[in-house]
Amino acid sequence: MFDEATLAVQAALDAGAAYSDARVVVARQETINVQNQNLTEFDRTETAGVGVRALIGSSWGFASTPHLDHASVRAAGERATEIAKASALVPGSPMEFADVPIEQGSWETPFEENPLDVSQSEKVDLLVGVTATAQEVDGVAIATGNLTFWDTDVWFVSSQGHRLHQHRVESGGGFDATAIGESETQRRSYPQSFGQFETGGYETVRAWDYQGNARRIAEEAVALLTAAEMEERETALVLEGSQLALQIHESVGHAIELDRILGWEAAFAGTSHLDLATLGTHRYGSEIMNITADATLPGALGTFGYDDEGTPAQAVDIVKDGIWVGVLSGRDSAAIAGLPPGGMVRADGFSRLPMVRMTNVGILPGAGSLGDIIADTDDGVYMATNRSWSIDDKRLNFQFGCEIAWEIKNGELGRMLKNPTYTGITPQFWGTLDRIAGPDEWVHWGTPNCGKGQPGQIAHTGHSASPGRFSNVRVGVRA
Amino acid sequence: MTPASDLVADVIAAVGTRAEAEALADVGSTALTRFANSFIHQNVSEDVSTVSLRLALDGRIASATSTVTTPDDVHRLVTSALQLASLQPVDPDWPGVGEAVEQPVVDHWDEATAAADPVARAETVRRFVDAGEGLSAAGYCETAAHSTAYLNTRGRTGSGRYTTATLDGIQQTESSAGSGHASGVALGSIDAGAIGAQASGRAEQSRGAFDAKPGDYEVVLSPECVATMTIFLSFYGFNGKAAEEGLSFVELGERRFDPAIQLWDDATDPRALHLGFDAEGTPKRHLGLIESGVTTHLLHNRRTAAKAGTTSTGHAASGADAFGAFATNLFVGEGAETVEDLVSGVERGIYVSTFNYCRVLDPKSLVVTGLTRNGTFMIENGRITDPVTNLRFTQSFIDAWADGSVLGIGGDARFADSEFGPSLVHAPSMRLASWRFTGGAEG
Repeated sequence: MFDEATLAVQAALDAGAAYSDARVVVARQETINVQNQNLTEFDRTETAGVGVRALIGSSWGFASTPHLDHASVRAAGERATEIAKASALVPGSPMEFADVPIEQGSWETPFEENPLDVSQSEKVDLLVGVTATAQEVDGVAIATGNLTFWDTDVWFVSSQGHRLHQHRVESGGGFDATAIGESETQRRSYPQSFGQFETGGYETVRAWDYQGNARRIAEEAVALLTAAEMEERETALVLEGSQLALQIHESVGHAIELDRILGWEAAFAGTSHLDLATLGTHRYGSEIMNITADATLPGALGTFGYDDEGTPAQAVDIVKDGIWVGVLSGRDSAAIAGLPPGGMVRADGFSRLPMVRMTNVGILPGAGSLGDIIADTDDGVYMATNRSWSIDDKRLNFQFGCEIAWEIKNGELGRMLKNPTYTGITPQFWGTLDRIAGPDEWVHWGTPNCGKGQPGQIAHTGHSASPGRFSNVRVGVRA
Repeated sequence: MTPASDLVADVIAAVGTRAEAEALADVGSTALTRFANSFIHQNVSEDVSTVSLRLALDGRIASATSTVTTPDDVHRLVTSALQLASLQPVDPDWPGVGEAVEQPVVDHWDEATAAADPVARAETVRRFVDAGEGLSAAGYCETAAHSTAYLNTRGRTGSGRYTTATLDGIQQTESSAGSGHASGVALGSIDAGAIGAQASGRAEQSRGAFDAKPGDYEVVLSPECVATMTIFLSFYGFNGKAAEEGLSFVELGERRFDPAIQLWDDATDPRALHLGFDAEGTPKRHLGLIESGVTTHLLHNRRTAAKAGTTSTGHAASGADAFGAFATNLFVGEGAETVEDLVSGVERGIYVSTFNYCRVLDPKSLVVTGLTRNGTFMIENGRITDPVTNLRFTQSFIDAWADGSVLGIGGDARFADSEFGPSLVHAPSMRLASWRFTGGAEG
């Protein structure tokens, strides 16, 4: 496939591009859905094609085709340059392209069991069994299970000499149980909302013990129907790890994307409350807040060898001792900002333009355990597993809903509470972080559905987190 | 490129008599020119050629999708799907593929849009940018032209084509933003200068916004806001799968909404976009969902229809059985009032240009949280006065349209952008009695 990528790049250059790169991507996806013990979907999707970028001055063009014959590939390269010329009709300022190591190499996700080679019956039986166990609990109306696997090959070539091959394997899934009341529904999910996804093979699914958690999750869903509503007040908030991971994703991960900071996403995803002039001095949170973007973490969902501009994966500090010190960037955005390129540009398949995306943006572990944090809390609430999320276009004003909560009184968990929500403003909220649990409860949570861009792209991102505690948070907001 | 009709014919021929099967192919191109800081920064074009196969082997179901469409690839696609199906358990709810039917003539197509090149999109962008007269513009212009074909082993066929064109953007001052949007079949129907001017007007009007106190306010909502409400009501409420599972608020025949509310789905309307049949080859037709405040029909695909003991309404989406039936040609009945008329009746309220990042807290009560964006204004004594900063709301979309709550409907219906994207809902402005804002810029 290097030949096709090279042909596309050469065609773009021949048509007048100053720089070009191309990715040939062959992606296989398997999706399995089970509802109430019935298999409702077993789908395999295979996409293949080439996407070509062409740069003229400060103007980009991108074209893609699913046809890998030489004529179609050349035409895509030429079209990318034609589009770049049209972009120059509404031009931007002159742009540099940050230097990166020009590498020829390959990288592969470490995995034990290729998920596409695991027998179909084993995978279906797992989900049928989990939903059967959940349905044994009186009051469970709907039990669903999902497994999704991706097996992706990418061949990348640039006019500067890059020549890279990657083979990425990603696996995951989960299940949920729903109980339905007179005018409400209550749901519990495991391992987290939308499932848990990681880089690696089927061994990552086995590690989560779906079956061993099915009854508990189902019982909690039913119990929520008769649980007390959370009262609206300000109190200490302890977040379970996967909810803290989503809190990081929404209120840190997107805010530090350099394309948002530069205004490139202003009309859709939005901008950021962060101002580059305050990089290195802006207080993002309390002194125990340490965030990194680490694309090299073994097993995390946002781990790779090279990004889709050919830049090697990196680990960078984002927030250090509560101070904002880093961004997510690519070669063009980094050059404009005068920062080193972070190798954080990725695309959703061959037909999408690479753009700044999160890698593994996570919080470093602190000390102690969730149990220690609860024991150390006189009055508060503990919330687990996301149910809803909403945040404004500057990543400041957020409101999250969780599936379940418990009150905390005198260092112990008390009543179960339903429909828990909390709301806040990003820097004030992170400024109240006063406990973060230690490495024993630090998990590489994966988000398989991060939407961004036009046309829309879905990215797979990682967010390592352990449970944490925040003080004086407004909880219990409802209509 | 191989025509879509040839792709589905090749796939069904390769299946032969070995299984019950249906194939759907999409062939075409989509191009999108994106701008920010008043220049084009992303500009893409995508050739599309996709074929999806779903087959049933003695009630055992599997599906496969591919972008590779050579004869060898088609053979591999079919072999893979047959092999997958052979190892599955029997699906007790498989409704079978549909019998041959007559398809309505639907052709939402514009030749010039199909031929639009990057220069045409760039010139559209330039008109939007220039209308800002120095403000910072951002947004996109997209054109698409696709042909789609359906064929199954019972002889049901469907073929159609469509074009779409969309311009969506904002103009920004140093402290505010305003938005504009248009979408339709033809790029030539979009007045980029007027949309850019509307956005810049809202941005200028939004300078110096203050923080309004959260609470319950009467509101006048733009078509964008009404479109988002509508798509949520459709997806979570009128979806036959949600209703069958007890997750929906809809009780057919119940007067749940204000009598002023009319809602229907109709791909055959000349103003509509996209295709006249769904992913199962079922013809689309006019389907009333709310008539004078009464819920009248649910949306169904073949699977949800069979479970409900009825027939499909033509709302199957490819690969979306897990989500159920989905409407893409929704129309909200419009009134005759101008936005000024709607505002003139409000003693103290808020005008909202767009909603942002809306998420459901509970699907049955349809309580949704989200924010306002790109122009939020106080209404005092019948006129728009000061701009306010973005507000967070937590509001049941059902209650917002409850009997007595709809105080006026505009005559300005158009295809509006929504939380689920553009071109799905044709909606007017609306004046509502109460909306619960639960937070402001300070939390």
